[in-house]
Amino acid sequence: MTEVTEALAPSSHESDDGPTTEERVWRALRSVLDPEIPVLSVVELGVVRYVRFQGGRLRVGITPTYSGCPATEVIRRSIREALAQADLGDVALETVLSPPWTSEWLSAEGRRKLEAFGIAAPTTAAASNVVCPRCGSRNVERVSEFGSTPCKAHYRCSECLEPFDVFKCI
Amino acid sequence: MTTPGTSTSASSKSPAAEAGSPSTEARFHYLLRLADTSLVLGQRLGEWVGHAPALEEDLALANIALDLIGQARLLLTYASELEGKGRDEDALAFLRDAPEFCNVSLVEQPNGDFGQTLVRQFLIDAWQLQLYEALSGSSDARLAEIAAKAVKETRYHLRFSSGWLVRLGDGTAESHARAQQAVDALWRFTEELLTPDALDEEMAAAGIGPSLAAIRPRWEERVAAVLQEATLKRPAAARHPWHGKRGVHTEHLGHMLAEMQHLPRTFPGVTW
Repeated sequence: MTEVTEALAPSSHESDDGPTTEERVWRALRSVLDPEIPVLSVVELGVVRYVRFQGGRLRVGITPTYSGCPATEVIRRSIREALAQADLGDVALETVLSPPWTSEWLSAEGRRKLEAFGIAAPTTAAASNVVCPRCGSRNVERVSEFGSTPCKAHYRCSECLEPFDVFKCI
Repeated sequence: MTTPGTSTSASSKSPAAEAGSPSTEARFHYLLRLADTSLVLGQRLGEWVGHAPALEEDLALANIALDLIGQARLLLTYASELEGKGRDEDALAFLRDAPEFCNVSLVEQPNGDFGQTLVRQFLIDAWQLQLYEALSGSSDARLAEIAAKAVKETRYHLRFSSGWLVRLGDGTAESHARAQQAVDALWRFTEELLTPDALDEEMAAAGIGPSLAAIRPRWEERVAAVLQEATLKRPAAARHPWHGKRGVHTEHLGHMLAEMQHLPRTFPGVTW
């Protein structure tokens, strides 16, 4: 996700040759990785819902993947730290519940990184089969609906026999 | 890709009470019913951590518990803001006594064996799915968005518990007998889920909560279908109405809370 939902105030832009504040915010957010899947940024995961300036203050909307995901608190802290490091420390982190997070928001780049990390990407209407991230086989079986974190299920490949995680489709 | 959210916690406050709409106190108690049901069930499932029959099921029950506790936190935080007395989510979870808890009686029942835990889970998942689906259309916008999130999680829980009910019921003679025993033992608590009291009716009339009368046939249809697939018998109609949602609990809740609340009550304000 790269769009913002609200035009930034002109005063928030820097000189023509430097990056705009908007670009600096997104750059900082792209450096924040999910603590449980440390190859995905919070932007690729789809949990950053908007970046906007309102009332003279930077506001970043964050949505939890699952209501009780323990990573949510860590993500909030990491976002604060990343923005502070980029001199964008005066930020209001706003929790967004609606519309609820869906695995469809995972970016194409995010899906590619997941696969490379050994986690099968969530199924979608277009890609409705779970594929073994190791050997590419579709001959796989589900071991459990739930895996090592709230966002993953546990599968096993019937070809190469490797167990692997699948990013749940919700 | 869906358009990024336009609603924030700051902008989704409920409309100010109109004449004839439920009092803040009534809405607070209604939120406690929803929150406590998820919280107590989450705590019960947490008791399985390290004890489930297989690692996968250990993880599954812990993950379901996390979802439930996450739902409870969202609901308790909202309840806390409505009440406006400075009791935050932790104070509400850890510093209330059993008679102040408003969960339905089914969820406080002990875990028993794995079969009993899964039967309890199935009966409540099937109910929570109907409940949250209806609540996602609530006139209370904040409750509606909490419910819409919970629907997705609950659907997943129901898939898991339905699958297990069939495996246990249609499994070995031993697993079938134990699953049937659990259904027979827990069935008496189901009537409370489906029978509205004055508060349920007040919330339904205000468009905040669903009509339990409308939920009943959908719940019964789902439960009957899965019981049949699991070769389990649906018990005769439940005779005894229980009143957990009004704070009248079975003796099990107090014991559970003693463990759940021990640390924050012994060391008030402790953090780590």
